[in-house]
Formats: sequence, C-alpha cells, structure tokens
Amino acid sequence: MTTMAAHVVTVRRGGRAIVDAVSATLEGGMFVALVGANGAGKSTLLSCMAGLLKPDAGDVRLEGRPVLTLSGRDLAKRRAYLPQSLRAEWPISVERLVALGLTPQLPAFGGLPGGFEPRLTRALEACDLTDHRFQAATTLSGGELARAMLARALIGDPQVLLADEPVSGLDPRHRLDTVARLRRLAVEEGRLVVATLHDLTLAARHATHLMALRQGRLIAFGPTATTLTPGLLREAFDVEATITGAGRDAIVDYVGPV
Amino acid sequence: MIPRRPPMTFIALVLLAIAAAASLFLGRVNISPAAILEGLFTADPNLAHLVVMELRLPRTVLAVLVGAALGLSGAVLQGLLRNPLAEPGLLGVSSGAALGAVVSIYFSLATAFSLATPLLGLAGALGAGALTFALGRGGTLSLILAGSAVSGLMAAFLAMALNFAPNPYAAFEMSIWMLGSLSQKSWEHVLLAGPFIAAGIAILATLGRAIDALALGEDQAASLGIDLDRTRLLALLGVGLAAGAATSVTGSIGFIGLIAPHLVRPFVGYQPSRTMLPSALFGAALLLLADIGTRVLHTSSELRLGVITSLIGTPFFFWLVMRLRRVAP
Repeated sequence: MTTMAAHVVTVRRGGRAIVDAVSATLEGGMFVALVGANGAGKSTLLSCMAGLLKPDAGDVRLEGRPVLTLSGRDLAKRRAYLPQSLRAEWPISVERLVALGLTPQLPAFGGLPGGFEPRLTRALEACDLTDHRFQAATTLSGGELARAMLARALIGDPQVLLADEPVSGLDPRHRLDTVARLRRLAVEEGRLVVATLHDLTLAARHATHLMALRQGRLIAFGPTATTLTPGLLREAFDVEATITGAGRDAIVDYVGPV
Repeated sequence: MIPRRPPMTFIALVLLAIAAAASLFLGRVNISPAAILEGLFTADPNLAHLVVMELRLPRTVLAVLVGAALGLSGAVLQGLLRNPLAEPGLLGVSSGAALGAVVSIYFSLATAFSLATPLLGLAGALGAGALTFALGRGGTLSLILAGSAVSGLMAAFLAMALNFAPNPYAAFEMSIWMLGSLSQKSWEHVLLAGPFIAAGIAILATLGRAIDALALGEDQAASLGIDLDRTRLLALLGVGLAAGAATSVTGSIGFIGLIAPHLVRPFVGYQPSRTMLPSALFGAALLLLADIGTRVLHTSSELRLGVITSLIGTPFFFWLVMRLRRVAP
C-alpha cells in the first residue's frame, strides 16, 4: 500500500510560517480533501508533498523515502501533480497534451513509441476525451481542459495524485464529475488522491478523509464523517455552519460569520 | 486515425538542397553549370575550381551553419519562453557578439590578425550570455528582463564605440559589419565558427522533451521531472554558442530565428520539439536564399545580408502582429 508521510513540514516566508509543523500519514485508497481558508497554506503544503518545494524544516516521504532524494524522473513516475489554473501554452492536439504525461517514461529523443498507443487511447477514453482527440487543446472549454489535464496526470499510472483546486472554475455538473472521478481513483483503484477543495458539500459527500489547515497548522485530519463538524468549520473558516445529512446526502450550509 | 500532415522535415530538406545548389551555381561571376560541376570534382586549379571551392562552397556551408543555428535557437527559445516573439537576440548574445566584433575594428586588430573580429565577437557573445545568466537566474521573466538589460548595455557600448571611432573609415566599417554579410568568407571562418555552432546545436537538440513539457506550464513541467534551471542554463549556453558564433562571423542577421519556427509550427501540430529540426533546416534555406539575393540583385554597392532578411522579415512581423491580434482576444 502506498504511503505518503509528512513529518513536521514547515515553510517560512518573510519570517512567518505559512506551513507550520504539519505531520500526517496518508495511504493509498484515501481521497483526502485538503481544506482551509485562503492563505491557510494548502497549496504550499501540496507543493511540498509533490516534491516541488523544499520545506524549511521537516520532510515528506513516499514509501519511506524522502521525496527530495528521489530523482525528478523517478518521482514523476510515482506521483502526478496538477497545479491551479491549468492552461495549454500551444494549440497542440489533446492527444499530444495527454501524452506529455508520459514524459518521465520516454527516452530522451523521438516520438511516442508504438507501445504507448493503447495506453493513450485508454487514458482518453477514461476521461471522455475520445471525441476531442485531435482538437487543439487551446480551444477546449474549461471542463474539457480539466479532463484533458486529469488524463495527462493519470496516463503515467501514478500511485499518488495531488491536485490543487481541481474543481475551481467548473460548472456544477463538471464539479460532480471531477470529484466522483477522483473518488473512484482512490476507492476503486487504490491510489492516494489529495485535492484542495473549497466546496465543502462536495468534500463531505465524496472525500474519504479531510485535512484542515488554519494559518499553516494542521487542525484536523481523519475520516470525513467524523472530522467534518460545525466546530471544525468555525475554527478553520471563522463561520457558523450547519451540516445536515451524512455521506452522499450531506449538505454544508453557512449561516454567518462567527 | 492520425490525420496526415505534409512531412515538414522532408519539405525543408528539399528546399534546403535546392537553395544550396542555387548558391553554388549562381553568383557575380558567370560560370556555366558544367564548369562548376567540373570544378567541384577535379583538383585542377582553374578559375571555376577556385571560385567554387574557395568562394562559393565555404560561403554556402557557412550560410547553412549560420541559418541552422539561428532557426534552431529561435525554435528552442520560443518553446522555452512560450513566447512567439522570442528570437536569438533576446538574450543579449547577438549584441554581445556585435560589441566584440566592433571592438576589434575599433582597435584595428583585424589588420594584425585576420580572425580577430570573429574571435572577439565570440568572446563578446559568451560574455553577454554569462552576464544574462548571472542576472536572470531562477525564472523565465527574470531571464527575459536580464536579456533585454544586457542587450541594452551592449547597444550602449556599441553606440559609444561608433561615437569615438578613431576615424570615419573605422566608423563606416563598424556600421557595415553590423549589417551582416556572408561575402569574403573563407574556410577559415567555417572552421572557426563551425565547432561552436555544432556544439551549440548539439546542446539545443537535447531540449526537445523539456520544451514539450513546458507546453503545460512551468509547474506541471517541473512535476514531470523537468529540471527548469538546468533547461534554462542549457538553452542559454546552446544559444550563446550557436547564435553567438554565427553572429560573430557574419554580423547581425535579424528575423531568421524569429520567422523559421513560425513557418513550420502549424505543419507539425505546434508541438515545440517537432519545430526544432525543420526550423533549423528552414533557417538554413532562408539564409541561403537571402544570400543568393545579395549576389544576384545588382545594386550600386553590395546589398547586405542583414538588410535583405530585415526587409523580408519585417512584413512577416506585421503579419504576425495582425494574426496574434485576431487569435488572442
């Protein structure tokens, strides 16, 4: 089983700890919603977990090995990372964009070896992109682009997927779609999925686990059902909220500021 | 089914072969094609042999090397910076080469040693590249800003050299040098610039995967295992060697590095790595054609190569601006 462990991860900017001694052990099969107010340190923590940012103290380990000691290529084969605000810089076809996810698997020169073709087709099918295969990536709608980038992240078959606000900017239907997909990746395929989410109803319904940050500190980590409480929301977001229903029927409603 | 596109590399190769042949067969001295072929393949030191082997062949080879260096540099820089307006001059390398060459003319070093101008040009290119890298570490935007700052500095020194030129003839020689030319280039120049251009091209050729991954943006490229700092360093080094050596022997030749990647990009599906080879071949072919133009267009004084490429390049630039305005909202 895949494990990713953060050990007293601390990142300081301008004398202030924006991620403050966060420790947690995450495992394959979990779909972890990383929640917290703006500036709570979610994206910074995610970058540290992805091995893209060196923490000022502490470390992140994948299968017991510090991620920063793995080669970029090795790490890239095991974990995929999707930053905020995705964009294709050139009008390359969707097929080529998705195939870029195989970069760490490919030799230094040459096109896509024939053996990868079925994999590419499967990745496109899995994200409902078959009809868009030859379309220029710059002409995709927001929802289509999000799917294409997800296919890009998954084509390399990573054990860990880290996604920064994967549903921001998507309409309700595509939000549901994306989150359901992320949950399947964790629950059915046994991967570890960590996603920062602002929509707490979505998190309550789909995430198996919840990690909450406040001013860089981890204030809660555990199964969603037991962790997501009005008390936590008060502490994390400074809002009074009610949570009605449970599991797939949960609704998080904000009543007002504390 | 993958839609078929014209094999761009093949087209570019054919165009390059035609241009290279034309460059051997056309020139100021009228020699019949038969005599030229004979001159190419016999060691008989007649006029045709001398003209072809000592004048036209080195000139053609140099044009191919320089054009390929500029075309490839442009393709890699546009991919690296994800900016369609990037060109080899952007990093200050070309103006560094120009400054080095002008300094050698200023001190009349070329009279003492014929290769002083290209050697100092090369030193200037590498010095300017090093300065750009030292200033612009750690980010794409800072690299671009550092490049334009270094270009500006080099241009200031260039203006100063012109201002204090020891005599009007030196000033004239400096300005003429800056217009770029392939005339009076011998095998010596090919041997001097060739290894540097080849080394630069070899370095740039390794960057295909990296600039492809950068189509996803810097964060995703880094997450795919691309070392961005290393990529930027290698790109600057490759462009410094290839475009710097090219400029130091031929003078400033604009627009080839800007245009060549744009001409091929739509035909290779916009994938950055796939623009590299055809762009180098197209750059070489374009420069050959421009150079043939300087030879067959009869003007009162020699029409300089940089003038032709600018005259052809500027309308293209206008077209690019219009198109970007139409495509970008």
